[in-house]
Amino acid sequence: MTTSILGLFQQPEPAADAMDGLKEAGFELGTFDVLTGTPYPEGAFGEHVPQHRLFRFPAFGAIIGFTLSVFLTSVTQLAYPMVTGGKPILSIFAMLIIMYEMTMLAGVIATVIGIIFESRLPNMKPGIYDTRITEGWIGVVITFDDESKVADAESVLNKAGALEIKHA
Amino acid sequence: MQQRRELDQVYTNRKLLNGQLDTPKWWLPTVSILGVVVLIGVVVIATMINKGLGVTGLARPVYWGLFITTFVFWVGISHAGIMISAILRLTQAEWRRPVTRAAELLTVFSLLTALVFPLIHAGRPWRIAYWIMPYDVARGIYPNIRSPLIMDPVAISTYLTGSTLFLYIALLPDLGNLRDRTTGWKNAMYTVLALGWRGNPRQWKMQTVGGILLSALMLPIFVSVHSIVSWDFAIAAAVEGWHSTIFAPYFVIGAVHSGVSAVVTMMALMRWLWKWDDFIRPEHFDALARLLIVVATGWLAFTFLELTFALYGQDAPEIALREMQMFQWPWNALFITFFLTAYLIPVPMWLFKRVRTNIALMFWTSILVNVGMWLERFLIIVPGLARRTPFVYTWEAYRPSPVEWTIFIWSFAWVTFLMLLFSRFFPLVPLFEAKESQVFTDDVMIGRAKVPAIVREAD
Repeated sequence: MTTSILGLFQQPEPAADAMDGLKEAGFELGTFDVLTGTPYPEGAFGEHVPQHRLFRFPAFGAIIGFTLSVFLTSVTQLAYPMVTGGKPILSIFAMLIIMYEMTMLAGVIATVIGIIFESRLPNMKPGIYDTRITEGWIGVVITFDDESKVADAESVLNKAGALEIKHA
Repeated sequence: MQQRRELDQVYTNRKLLNGQLDTPKWWLPTVSILGVVVLIGVVVIATMINKGLGVTGLARPVYWGLFITTFVFWVGISHAGIMISAILRLTQAEWRRPVTRAAELLTVFSLLTALVFPLIHAGRPWRIAYWIMPYDVARGIYPNIRSPLIMDPVAISTYLTGSTLFLYIALLPDLGNLRDRTTGWKNAMYTVLALGWRGNPRQWKMQTVGGILLSALMLPIFVSVHSIVSWDFAIAAAVEGWHSTIFAPYFVIGAVHSGVSAVVTMMALMRWLWKWDDFIRPEHFDALARLLIVVATGWLAFTFLELTFALYGQDAPEIALREMQMFQWPWNALFITFFLTAYLIPVPMWLFKRVRTNIALMFWTSILVNVGMWLERFLIIVPGLARRTPFVYTWEAYRPSPVEWTIFIWSFAWVTFLMLLFSRFFPLVPLFEAKESQVFTDDVMIGRAKVPAIVREAD
């Protein structure tokens, strides 16, 4: 059974010490994480720097949007080929405007989907947490498959100066 | 910018969530009054739809009047959000932090309001579906994409969708904060909306990278929207004063001028109403006024160019139109008021730091700008149509009717009503941005001077 514990700190330095201690105690990357109420500089806690593929999402969305827009602007005009103002049925300049907007729209929607996906959201069972994290406390959370390691983790957190340890 | 206050996160939460966790005394009476105005507006709109456009002052040859002027005005105001949020985020301007959410919100609500005007202006709004939606598969009749009247809704709906999503993504950390501070149904609502936000490094990284990426994507949309709105006019070759080649950049810079001014108005109100003196400080008004001086002067250059090109062409109808705009009653009074309020009064005042850091003066001058910018749109749209031209067999002097004025007032009440309603449930200043500012700022000693310094990551 998976269990987890959360060590709470008020300052970033002891939280970073706890993260270092967990690495030194042999805990695998990905089994422990740091929770904060505000963004800190990347690597401030010596944490594992997450990799992401967010930049692929807008490109993918833009390709879909562009394809749909080419279809919409050309097929609809050819389906009812009424000349207006002496302009060609397929007026490239006018088509480009619609194509531009649809490409950008799909790019934005895909980016938002990407941000949510890469943030690993939605997560309706977020696990152990403490509301003081959004009041400036820093949480170091460790997840275990093997309960025998709980004591080791608690020892690391206590040594680093955790003000409180919560279990779930 | 040498003002800095040490604020702990508990205090930041308490102050910036005071609109959500408590109900300010003024909130309910204000929202009730606005609600009544909104209701009156809705009844008037419904009556107009029922009776027809005969209840307005619109008549041949002036078919585009107060409604279209107000539509362009609100689209202009909507440019505040992306200008402030995206450009300042991309340039990592530190003073953006308390401004971004309100600016993004203004974008969303002003666009929602702007969209109402072309709909009701069409007289029979339900027929709009034939006009803009490519749905009539059975008969094979589709919208004419060669018309700017199709390009316009496409651009605005893109901007509205993008801005709303942008607003929501940036709201996620604060929704997590609200979830942590509430109980009962409110807690359930924020839990769902926060999507399980915890604040781990992956989520914060996505906020940072995603915010920059969305900003970069929204900027080209922002430029395109008011360009396309300008083409509603510029592509119509028949009306003097409309078919100008510089309309697109002229409209965009005018929109930024009015939009950023609207943000200043809103910032002053937020500081006064919610007592956010620690977060919205004179230095923010100072920075916004400096930005406005540049934008307003750029806009003035375009106004000058527009007049110069019109007169240099020596096209007799165009010159007659300019003469009418500037020298004939009542247009001349409107023209003088427009010029005074949009530039000649506020901008010289903003050259003085005492004015830029005086919040009451900034509030009133920003309102002046928007009076002027509304008049600018009116003077672009109406005189060109109202001028007596050969082969027009009928004309009426355009005088907006009480119905039009009521709907005009409704639009302001509606935007304010939506903003206040939003403020009851969501923070108007991004908390995580305010806190991040504290994390990344420290005082350094240079000689004997203590100077606040911003720390920034290299990449």
